[in-house]
Amino acid sequence: MSFPWAKHYEPKFALTKWVDERLPLPRLVYNAVGAGYPVPRNLNYFWNFGVLAGAALAAQIVTGIVLAMHYAANGGVAFDSVEHIMRDVNAGWFLRYAHANGASMFFIVVYIHIFRGLYYGSYKAPREIVWLLGVVIFLLMMATAFMGYVLPWGQMSFWGAQVITGFFSAIPIVGDTIRVWLLGGYAPDDAALNRFFSLHYLLPFVIAAVIVLHIWALHIPGSNNPTGVDVKGEQDTVPFHPYYTAKDGFGLGIFLVLFAFLIFFAPNYLGHPDNYIPANPLATPAHIVPEWYFWPFYAILRAFTSDFILPAKLWGVLAMFGSIVLLFFLPWLDSSPVRSTNYRPLYRIFFWVLVADVLVLGYCGGSPAEPAYVIVSQIAAAYYFAHFLVILPIVSRMERPRPLPNSITEAVLAKHGGTSPTETAMSGSVLTAE
Amino acid sequence: MATVDNAVPPGEDPAPFHEAVDDPRRRDFINIAAVAWAGVGGAIVVLPLINQMSPSADVLALSTTEVDLSKIEAGQGVVTSFRKQPLFVRHLTPKEIAEADAVPLGELRDPQTLADRTKPGKTNWLITLGVCTHLGCIPLGIHEGENRGQFGGYFCPCHGSQYDTAARIRKGPAPKNLAVPPYTFSSDTTVTVG
Repeated sequence: MSFPWAKHYEPKFALTKWVDERLPLPRLVYNAVGAGYPVPRNLNYFWNFGVLAGAALAAQIVTGIVLAMHYAANGGVAFDSVEHIMRDVNAGWFLRYAHANGASMFFIVVYIHIFRGLYYGSYKAPREIVWLLGVVIFLLMMATAFMGYVLPWGQMSFWGAQVITGFFSAIPIVGDTIRVWLLGGYAPDDAALNRFFSLHYLLPFVIAAVIVLHIWALHIPGSNNPTGVDVKGEQDTVPFHPYYTAKDGFGLGIFLVLFAFLIFFAPNYLGHPDNYIPANPLATPAHIVPEWYFWPFYAILRAFTSDFILPAKLWGVLAMFGSIVLLFFLPWLDSSPVRSTNYRPLYRIFFWVLVADVLVLGYCGGSPAEPAYVIVSQIAAAYYFAHFLVILPIVSRMERPRPLPNSITEAVLAKHGGTSPTETAMSGSVLTAE
Repeated sequence: MATVDNAVPPGEDPAPFHEAVDDPRRRDFINIAAVAWAGVGGAIVVLPLINQMSPSADVLALSTTEVDLSKIEAGQGVVTSFRKQPLFVRHLTPKEIAEADAVPLGELRDPQTLADRTKPGKTNWLITLGVCTHLGCIPLGIHEGENRGQFGGYFCPCHGSQYDTAARIRKGPAPKNLAVPPYTFSSDTTVTVG
């Protein structure tokens, strides 16, 4: 419904007409992911990742529900119930490996989706709420993944719960009280395990609801595109179906091949062997490491080693949460009128430096807390904050963007060696983001 | 590039955009093939999601039970467990066997002789599930002193089903005789059920 030329739903059969008059659900689907949603004609494969993230969540919910039919959330039997799934339940090994690696697939595609948004300015007006809801989804995902990781009740599960709930004890005065309340005890035990199971079951559905809002908010202005230039007319768009259903379907096929490779050939590659040791409250593993998708944040957490006004522990926790909360402010930290980094030569360099910085943080977060890694973590964490709080605001004000194409269609035709149908020459720099 | 829904750019000569189109088009075939193949893939993925609800290996491993008969006197019975359900093992007295054999088959709701429901030469060993075929309650009568109903077999107090000494339904709502599980005599005094 974002543009006046959007196709209108016309029921093909008497039955669908009858349903549509009473509950316009087919119409809703048609307008959301069917021919009723006009999409810029020039999207590249980076625009596949939203759909892939949705597919990954759907896979997690399906496999999660069936795993919950066999899992027992009790400290005495949780670990054994997971082994029962692996050994006794029909296709249980497949379901558990699909669920464990599905979490990784979900985070991989979501990280690409986030960096896509960062690169093409998808967080800028008029899509700020799309971005904010996306950050909410990301936070919910992190909470869900953490709680799910606790459930097998292995060593990493247990000590992960110990460490993560320890964040809350950093809060001045009431911290310890909050941590005891969260755990329902003084250390992770049955009470914590049961509530984590309950919430781990609930939150994915909350995520699904926020995704609905995310897509709803997206469909008001319509999708962004690689040029960042607004849609100017019907020639700039194609109907979502069949064009992007086909393209997304192809991308989904590639995604499933990689997913299947992980499940069938490297099911434990991304896991930690210590989680095959049953939880032992009296012995800590040599290195407590979260799953790979939390490594950059873990590095930021560990980068703070000395007290400065506030205790180091509190600094680490504040910085870690701050690194995500920062993303909420991104639409207002970047004041450039140009959306796509393709036309921002200076920012483009800093964007890729940020990508490298996050990868470095990830590497440090996955390594033991030895002096060399800590120093690199400190530099990389400082740069991360500098990027958003210093570099981005300055660069977005001082850089001179490259001239934007007059329209999406013009950009497409220029790229493919055609001429613009409107015969307009490439005019000078167009700095207004319409 | 010409598309099916063909948005000819405004101001363009539409002629080059109109190509001869076969019916059915090659693209129709590709569409149908792709969707069909995706359907096959989807169906295959659904199989493990359904099969995970079938009995797991540890449940199936419990599906045989050994019963020692040497301690059970005639007139007595024991309850043991087979597949997590009560299993009635009853040592019939000659009088109970005679009572069961005296019943004409025509009178029975679920016609079976005692011989049908026991092993040859072992008609004194009546081994059945203790699960009423009406709604699955556990009938009384396996232990001495319990109400065995008017036919001397089992009596299910919940809805009043009455079984005779061959554990055949004689009165009340149950449709079938108490089920006889598969079993073999692994020795004269040992039965392997399942």
